[in-house]
Amino acid sequence: MKLIEKEIIMDKEEIERTLLRLTHEILERNKGIKDLVLIGIRTGGVYLAERMRAKITTIEKAQVPLGIIDITLYRDDFATGLPRPLVGKTEIPFPLKDKKVILIDDVLYTGRTVRAAMDALIDFGRPKFIQLAVLIDRGHRELPIQADYVGKKVTTLPEEDVQVYFREAGEEDRAVIRVRVS
Amino acid sequence: MNAPQAEKINLNQTSNQPKIKWKRKDLLGIAELDPAEIELILNTAESFKEISSREIKKVPTLRGKTVINLFFEPSTRTRTSFEIAAKRLSADAVNISTSSSSVVKGETLIDTAKNLEAMNPDCIVIRHSASGAPHLLARLMKVPIINAGDGAHEHPTQALLDLFTVREKLGHLAGLKIVIAGDILHSRVARSNIFGFLKMGAEVHLTGPRTMRPPEIEKLGVCWHTSLKEIIPEADVIMMLRLQLERQEGGFFPTLREYSRLFGLNMELMKETKPGVLIMHPGPINRGVEISPEVADGPFSVILDQVTNGVAVRMALLYLLVGGTE
Repeated sequence: MKLIEKEIIMDKEEIERTLLRLTHEILERNKGIKDLVLIGIRTGGVYLAERMRAKITTIEKAQVPLGIIDITLYRDDFATGLPRPLVGKTEIPFPLKDKKVILIDDVLYTGRTVRAAMDALIDFGRPKFIQLAVLIDRGHRELPIQADYVGKKVTTLPEEDVQVYFREAGEEDRAVIRVRVS
Repeated sequence: MNAPQAEKINLNQTSNQPKIKWKRKDLLGIAELDPAEIELILNTAESFKEISSREIKKVPTLRGKTVINLFFEPSTRTRTSFEIAAKRLSADAVNISTSSSSVVKGETLIDTAKNLEAMNPDCIVIRHSASGAPHLLARLMKVPIINAGDGAHEHPTQALLDLFTVREKLGHLAGLKIVIAGDILHSRVARSNIFGFLKMGAEVHLTGPRTMRPPEIEKLGVCWHTSLKEIIPEADVIMMLRLQLERQEGGFFPTLREYSRLFGLNMELMKETKPGVLIMHPGPINRGVEISPEVADGPFSVILDQVTNGVAVRMALLYLLVGGTE
C-alpha cells in the first residue's frame, strides 16, 4: 500500500500567483500592516508564511513579524497510539496581545490542525483576532472552521490525500492529490 | 507488548513529518540506549524547552494522565523537576516520599508498586537506593518506569540533561573532551554520563582521589588522571561531582580541607582552562569543598542551565514514554 500522485492541483507558477493574490487580499481587508503578524503552522504553513512575508515587504516596504507554531503537542489524537510526529519548535518571539494574527497553513481539511493551532496561540496572549489563510481547502470539515482567505477550493474523496511540496524542503513546488494503491 | 501494529493510516496527519521511532516502554539507563535514541530525546527536549519561558507554561498533551514520583531516597531537585515537567504537560503529578508512607510500616517494593498500579497511573518515576530496583518494577508492571537514580548504578535523566546542556552550549558532542572529577566510585551520575558521552562520540577523562577510583574503570573506555591539573588545559567540559560528606568517615581521604585543596575546582585551576570551558555539577553543590563559590557562580558555570534543561529533558521523556505504542 503506497500513495501515488494522481493529479496536480497547482503547479509552481499557479502557487506563486495565488500567494500574491492572497497577500493582496490580506492587505486589502486589513487596510495595511498595522498590528499584523503572520503565524505559519509547521511545516507547510511556515514556508507559505515566509513567502508571503517577503511579498508584503516588497509591496508595503515594511516587515511584518513572523511566528512559527508547532501543533504536535496540541493534537487531539495523542492518546490513539498512532505513530506520532516529531515535535518541532514553536517560535513566537513577540507578544500576541491585541495583534491581528494571520494564521497560515497549506491544506485545510478536517479543521483539527487549525483548532489545535488556535488553542496554542491563545496561550501566547489574547490576539485582537485570528484570520485563517490556506493555500488549498479540500473540504470534509469535522469541526466548524472556515478559512478567510483561500487559494483554491478542491473537491476530494476522503480516501485521497492532498500534499503540497515546497522548494524550501528540496522539492519542486506543487500541490497534488495522492491516492492509495496496492 | 512488542507485536507489530497493523499500520493505521491517519490522513489527518501532515504526512511529510518524520514519525517518532521511540520503542521502549521504560527509561532505565543510558547503557542500553543507542546514539539515535539519545539524539531523539535531545531533539525532542529542544522543542520542549521553549514552553518553560512562555507566559502560560503549559501544553495540553498529557492531560488526564497520572505520573507518580516514587522516591525512596530524598531529593529536591530531581523530584521537583519531574513534578514540574509533568504539570507543564498538563499531567497530574503525585509525589510519594517513602519516609511518610507505608514503606515505614514494612511494605515491600513490589507490594508498593502493585498497589500503585491498581490505581492506574500512566508512568512511575522511581528513585531507590538499590541498584536494579527500577528494572524489577519494569519487568513486573505494565506501566512505563523512569529511573530517577538507582543505588550507584545509573541516573539516566541527569546524564541526558548534561548531554543536552553541553550540546546546546558547544553545538556538538563528538570529539569533545569531558572531564568528570570527584567520587567516581559511588557516583551513578558519573556512570550514566560516561555511557552517554562515549556513545555520542566524546572522550571521557576521569580524576579524583585514588581511593574513589573504581577498579578497572578504564575498561569502559575512559582515561584516568591522577589530578585535575593534568587534564584541565584540554578539557571542554569539567563536571565536578558532589562529595558526600559522610564519606569522610569511610577513610577515603584525610579531611574535607585536604580534599578541597587537592581535588576541588578553584580559581587557581580555572586559570589553566580553555576559553569557553563549561563547568558543570549535578547538584547540590558543597560550596568550598569540591567547587569554590567563585567558580560555581562564575561565568563559565552552567550549573543553573543544567537545572533548567532538566525540566525540558524530563518533559521530553514523559512525552515519549506516556501514550506509547500499545
